Amino acid sequence: MLIKFFIKPRKGVLDPQGRAVSENLRSLGFNNVKDVKVGKYIEVYVEENDREKAVEQAKEMAKKALVNDLIEDYQFEVVED
Amino acid sequence: MRFGVAVYPGSNCDYDTYRVIRDVLKEDVQLIDYRSTDIEHYDCIILPGGFSFGDYLRPGTLASHTPLTGAIKDFADRGGFVIGICNGFQILTEAHLLPGALMPNIHGKFVCRHQYLRVENADTPFTNQCEEGQILKIPIAHHDGNYFVDEDTLRKMEDNGQIILRYCDEFGNITEEANPNGSIRNIAGVSNEKKNVFGLMPHPERASESILGTEDGLYILRSILEHHS
Repeated sequence: MLIKFFIKPRKGVLDPQGRAVSENLRSLGFNNVKDVKVGKYIEVYVEENDREKAVEQAKEMAKKALVNDLIEDYQFEVVED
Repeated sequence: MRFGVAVYPGSNCDYDTYRVIRDVLKEDVQLIDYRSTDIEHYDCIILPGGFSFGDYLRPGTLASHTPLTGAIKDFADRGGFVIGICNGFQILTEAHLLPGALMPNIHGKFVCRHQYLRVENADTPFTNQCEEGQILKIPIAHHDGNYFVDEDTLRKMEDNGQIILRYCDEFGNITEEANPNGSIRNIAGVSNEKKNVFGLMPHPERASESILGTEDGLYILRSILEHHS
């Protein structure tokens, strides 16, 4: 199975990267850009055929290492690799 | 007193810290490999600055899951003294030995400069050689020093005297201009509830010899010696 993690700064937490990219896009003429959040995309391949087990494992991975829930939000999806 | 200095792949202030303890404080000190768990004979362990494991994922995260950090958690739980400087501070928050998290600097820039700090609590093992309100001049050098903690936890930390250092101007005023990274309430250094774990973004080891322009870092290092004696 392949677990795809999408991690981004929590709402209200300052994202200097996002702000810089947002300003750059506006300077390129994309005047309707309101805000940009720059996050992370992580792919984790696990040797696991049981989708439910992979989902449980994904939550544990996020909690223990991949995400700092004080400052980050995340979503994930489990797909066949 | 026996000091141990943790060495992770990417630590780069390890030898500076080691040298200050050996040559300036003239105390017993050893470097400890991140795969080691043999740390019981130390009195104080220092997690130095640098970019452990390249700061991949988040600064300090990968280092916080090593055998050595696991042993340091047990050591701290038993009351052992632990100091995390810069990347060491980031490792301690990621290991949940200290509350809060360190985010990228508000302006997105790496900041490297001498910085004034106000001692907020002089009644700790790390600041007993200071006076409350004393102003220290100690360099900072970091990209992710923007300390963040939720309001409830912050209130508890303030009530419990866990805010040890704040960024200030040369007169001790806590102002936005004196805040180099956007840290909540200008926080530069905090301790855990029991006051045996201390994390700070400034580098006391870079302020421990007159040739470096300031010896104010010695207040912190000498405090831990005084506490131990």
